[in-house]
Amino acid sequence: MTVDHDHQPGWIGEALAEHDQLETEGRTQLPLADREQQVLDRIDRARRRRPRVREERVTMSHGSGGKATHTLIEAIFLDAFRNPLLEPLEDAAQLAVGGARIALTTDSYVVSPLFFPGGNIGDLAVNGTVNDLSVAGARPLYLSAGFILEEGFPVADLARVVEAMRDAAAAAGVQVVTGDTKVVQKGKADGCYINTAGVGLIERDGALGVARARPGDAIIVSGPIGDHGITIMLARGELDIEADICSDTAPLNGLVAGLLDAVPGVRAMRDATRGGVATILNEIAKAADVGVLVSEDAIPVRAEVRGASELLGIDPMYVACEGRLVAVVPGEEADRAVAALRAHPLGEQAAVIGRVRAEQPGIVQLKTAFGGTRIVDLLVGDPLPRIC
Amino acid sequence: MRFVDEFRDAEKAHALAAKIAALCEPGRQYKLMEVCGGHTHTIYKHGLEDYLPESITLVHGPGCPVCVIPMGRVDDAIHLASQPDVIMTSFGDMMRVPGSGGSFFDANAEGTNIRMVYSPLDSLKIARQNPDKQVVFMAIGFETTAPSTAMTMLRAAAEGLPNFSVFCNHVTIIPAIKAILDSPDLRLDGFIGPGHVSTVIGCRPYEFIARDYGKPVVVAGFEPLDILQSIYMLMVQLSQGRSEVENQYARVVPWDGNLVALRAIGETMELRPYFEWRGLGFISHSALQVREKYAAMDAERLFQVPGVRVADPKACQCGEVLKGVLKPWECKVFGTACTPETPIGTCMVSPEGACAAYYNFGRMNRNRVAEAEVARS
Repeated sequence: MTVDHDHQPGWIGEALAEHDQLETEGRTQLPLADREQQVLDRIDRARRRRPRVREERVTMSHGSGGKATHTLIEAIFLDAFRNPLLEPLEDAAQLAVGGARIALTTDSYVVSPLFFPGGNIGDLAVNGTVNDLSVAGARPLYLSAGFILEEGFPVADLARVVEAMRDAAAAAGVQVVTGDTKVVQKGKADGCYINTAGVGLIERDGALGVARARPGDAIIVSGPIGDHGITIMLARGELDIEADICSDTAPLNGLVAGLLDAVPGVRAMRDATRGGVATILNEIAKAADVGVLVSEDAIPVRAEVRGASELLGIDPMYVACEGRLVAVVPGEEADRAVAALRAHPLGEQAAVIGRVRAEQPGIVQLKTAFGGTRIVDLLVGDPLPRIC
Repeated sequence: MRFVDEFRDAEKAHALAAKIAALCEPGRQYKLMEVCGGHTHTIYKHGLEDYLPESITLVHGPGCPVCVIPMGRVDDAIHLASQPDVIMTSFGDMMRVPGSGGSFFDANAEGTNIRMVYSPLDSLKIARQNPDKQVVFMAIGFETTAPSTAMTMLRAAAEGLPNFSVFCNHVTIIPAIKAILDSPDLRLDGFIGPGHVSTVIGCRPYEFIARDYGKPVVVAGFEPLDILQSIYMLMVQLSQGRSEVENQYARVVPWDGNLVALRAIGETMELRPYFEWRGLGFISHSALQVREKYAAMDAERLFQVPGVRVADPKACQCGEVLKGVLKPWECKVFGTACTPETPIGTCMVSPEGACAAYYNFGRMNRNRVAEAEVARS
């Protein structure tokens, strides 16, 4: 029995039909290098087309923060809800309400395991939302908390989670002011899921957003990357690797306030959660239609994180952080920005990792420690460990 | 970091690049094939081509384990996973490889239970925890991963574990290299030999390449300096008119291979009469199957496997890419219809696949360090 795709419906047939449309200019007999450039240009056009979800069902890749997530958001959610406040797809929406400017954000937490070195789902649920508000330039004020609990979940564990939320809220100077509780049948959830939403007050003038990045700007990370993601992977206990690493979960509002005081001209900030620093760099390149060039040597990564990543064959650039931000600042203010970050305990290892440039818009390039260059693209789904 | 940074030293790379450039005969073009997908990944991940002169082209070979799996085998695996009370286990790389009706991820969204494992041994843990289920390990890879499948089978046999089996798709590298050497549309000057495969089979099996085909082979490690040094060793051989098998990766690869690993493979598996490779077609004696003695652990014997043959979509040129006839970007559908997001061909799936490596890492204009180096000296 043989199956022939070219005469079958389904996504492969569709993809090929779309491809034929793009191929209108045809193949020419240009020199090799020019033909390569021609293909690259065609790919660039293909990437700028409106994204479509080809899968018939949601897969795990749609939750990874990479390309599949972006496609789902743009093709399903943005399409349905489209409005000027949502469209920038920043970490928090910025609204004007009765003369005040506020930031509003929401995030759900489904981490497994619930408890891990350096924190638990409770710290994460508070810090994550505080950070989404902070990097929008807002002073976080109030949070909501929604709990989805699985039948049979130990009350003692729930108490530990809630204590962690209380302490994290106190540390960040926010209050949890409203909430909701639902219980689902055993097997319909994984212990405990939490959703938090938050509002914050934007008190400073000057808008922030990755679309504001300009050639010549400096790109800064506030500390070593990948700690949280690697900690979680190891905490799942599937790898038989032990390392002395903790999650970096922390509230960034203090760090952000220090940075904005020192450098009011900051163009944009993002907290590097799912998809890691690489995803943010790609968001900058795409939103501002600029090139980004970063230097592998300059990116702070703990030796333990690097070691575990090497063993697993994954790249720390794609691994989640929960207490790190990426900032874009005008080039001439880079030193002042780094100094301001380093003055805060959470930013001691802040560093300039690269520059925004006009060349190769939309593309993030990495100067490798080995001295070569390569692209840093969005991943499709979660980083998959390689076979050998 | 020790044992890593030494092999990524940019200064040493500059020095090697200058020596390589100096060995190039003016007007001659060199085509060197790195057989192993791990090498392809290293080359792109570290931007190694920046160090090579225009006249040296690296041709990406067939040694990417998931890239050579034909669509029909993916369909067969999903069929197995869809049987009642089956849990399938698979390496992560395999999860996104498209069959004719979708990948393992898509199958899971439809209700199968295919779990990602880091080692085949993890399958035994799952089998022990689920005594009422049959746990089928989707075994893929070259001689690199075959020993771990073999050891897992031996362990399961020793434990008397009744509910573990293997869907064996292990392939062997030498017949694939031979198929490439015999392919009429390709002219290669030398081979960067696979490193991890050679830790198992040693260096002797490559001697026919040097002897019968007159092509030098250098077995190489996986750090960027390893590969650069191997290219240098190949260029030295070519400049002296030699063709020998040399071992750059002697710190890991014993000349005679690993007898313990080979015995474990031999105990549990035997050569198949023939096996279909994606893009290369049927190659005789190029893959392994479970021996009769371990029939109780052979998913192909325990279940009805449909054995569907699925023709590659006509526009897909994975075969030419795997043989190194086409560069990834020269494939008709590269980057437009076939992307890492919606891969039509296997080469676009694994980070070791030539197309995915080029798409993810190399899709840009390069400034070659080597030429700057020559200009400077």
